[in-house]
Amino acid sequence: MNSHSILRVVAKFMIPFIFLYALYVQFHGDFGPGGGFQAGVIFAVGFILYALIYGIDEARRVLPAGLTRTLLSLGVLLYAGVGGLGIYLGGNFLNYSVLSSHPVSGQHLGIFLIEFGVGTTVAATMITIFFIFAGQDR
Amino acid sequence: MIAEHFPVLVVILPLVTAPICVMLRHGGRAWLLATIVTWASFALAIALLRQVMDTGAISYLLGDWAAPWGIEYRIDQLSAFIILIVTAIGSVMMVFAPKSVTAEIPGDRVYLFYTMYLLTFAGLLGMAATGDAFNLFVFLEISSLSTYVLISLGKERRALTAAYRYLVLGTLGATFYIIGVGMMYQMTGTLNMADLAVRLPAVAETKTILVAVGFLTVGIGLKMGLFPLHLWLPNAYTYAPSVVTAFLAATATKVAVYVLLRIYYTFFGAGIFEGLPVSNLLLALGIIAALGMSAVAIFQDNAKRLLAYSSVAQLGYIVIGISLVTATGAMASILHLFNHALIKGSLFLVLACVFYRIGSTKVDDMAGLGKSMPFTMAAFVLAGFSLIGIPLTTGFISKWFLINAALEKGWWIVAVVVVAATLMAVIYFWKVIEAVYFRPRPDGALVVTEVPALMLVPLWVLAGANIYFGTNTNLSVGTARRAAEILLGGGG
Repeated sequence: MNSHSILRVVAKFMIPFIFLYALYVQFHGDFGPGGGFQAGVIFAVGFILYALIYGIDEARRVLPAGLTRTLLSLGVLLYAGVGGLGIYLGGNFLNYSVLSSHPVSGQHLGIFLIEFGVGTTVAATMITIFFIFAGQDR
Repeated sequence: MIAEHFPVLVVILPLVTAPICVMLRHGGRAWLLATIVTWASFALAIALLRQVMDTGAISYLLGDWAAPWGIEYRIDQLSAFIILIVTAIGSVMMVFAPKSVTAEIPGDRVYLFYTMYLLTFAGLLGMAATGDAFNLFVFLEISSLSTYVLISLGKERRALTAAYRYLVLGTLGATFYIIGVGMMYQMTGTLNMADLAVRLPAVAETKTILVAVGFLTVGIGLKMGLFPLHLWLPNAYTYAPSVVTAFLAATATKVAVYVLLRIYYTFFGAGIFEGLPVSNLLLALGIIAALGMSAVAIFQDNAKRLLAYSSVAQLGYIVIGISLVTATGAMASILHLFNHALIKGSLFLVLACVFYRIGSTKVDDMAGLGKSMPFTMAAFVLAGFSLIGIPLTTGFISKWFLINAALEKGWWIVAVVVVAATLMAVIYFWKVIEAVYFRPRPDGALVVTEVPALMLVPLWVLAGANIYFGTNTNLSVGTARRAAEILLGGGG
């Protein structure tokens, strides 16, 4: 892809906005349409676009396999950790109301953290799947 | 009190440990962690069963959202019993696993094996613990997807095709299940099992619900390997890694049977058997499975495949028990879930030992192993006796109650079928015994010795349990009876 300067420049230009949009969908998800799943996929698209234009090896340098796997697990652990915190603070598993002094802000905080966990895992999973498929023929 | 959180902890603990195993990236450490967690789940399961037997069903509201709206975990005698079976088998298998797994799975993938094992484990437990029809689907998928991966880790390349075929059929099964649930939701507006039980009778006569019953039966039938939907099962069991085969044969199909029991008796209530020919259908399929699959088992030359067909046949007994629609029949089925888990668990562990030593489970390759691996093969004989149903073993107890239940209803033909299938079990079991004890080791074959103690001890714990629960039936029969009474008593 070295000869396609238009693709390279446009991709470089687009990627920050893709990430920004993903973060918007992620963190505005509790007020508007969106949430962890959608945001995770959009975030992963930024990396996938980079890998398509600049090659898998370049993309792997930014995001080594170990890192994606760790992120992939951390997302799930964040989700379960918030659930477990509910038990620790005297509620049932996944009860967010006890996370804060006020139930409503507790619910807000809970869903915020959980969706962040979902987003992390989804993004890492999408990137991992893409890397594995794209790197298969070598 | 932490005890009130046991219903969710027993599921969450293995589920959370799975990603930690991914982060450890080390086979040995992942094994250690997985073993600790499976045993912890086992302890929780015992506590749960005790609590349920004392105080009746436990309800746990996830996130403290009230029942029909939020997800409810509901542990009654039946679910507690199933959870006990899965955790007991799962934790014994973990002790057995390390050597067998190292021998069969490439070193860099071992930690992923334990991750998948824990996910399957958590999925099966979740299916048993949840009181929500949709949540059950989620756990069904968690356990199924990880099972496909586990099977594909097998040493032969054919493991991939076996896993793929199971993936196609298993996904079909799960889809059918969710279509059935969707139809019930359409008619009742609820997904909570207890709530469904209340609302379904009013709409039970509608076409939508009749179609839903069909979808649910076929979907779960696929997952449990009900004849003739068992086509994925022989290959999946034959080519999966040995420990995986033993674990799946002892637990996965059992949990699917549990779901079928839930659908019939809890969702719809025994009334479903009056309006629809479900009972006759199950009886016919059960009889064909018990006779036909036992006959097919006789002609197998791979011991693993032979036992796989035997599993489908044994499932026939369980289905026959369900089709009787009596408390004794349901009890015989539930009891056989437990007993068959012990029987097949130990038989497949023996084959895991054999594979560990000679790298094959072909009956001909096993010739003469009786002398070189006496303890392993003694366990095989013991568990085989139990499979046939010699008195003082668990298999005898199951068959006794099943025949009793059939005669109680005047269906003497079922008793004939059970006896005939048992005779065929003697034939295929003898086929292996003949090779193992009465043929010499072929010339030039590997000289083998007994397997290490780390494998023998868990094997003998399972095999010994066949005798223990064959003579001391308080736990198994008592729990199965209570569970069946509550099931037929309308939801519980």
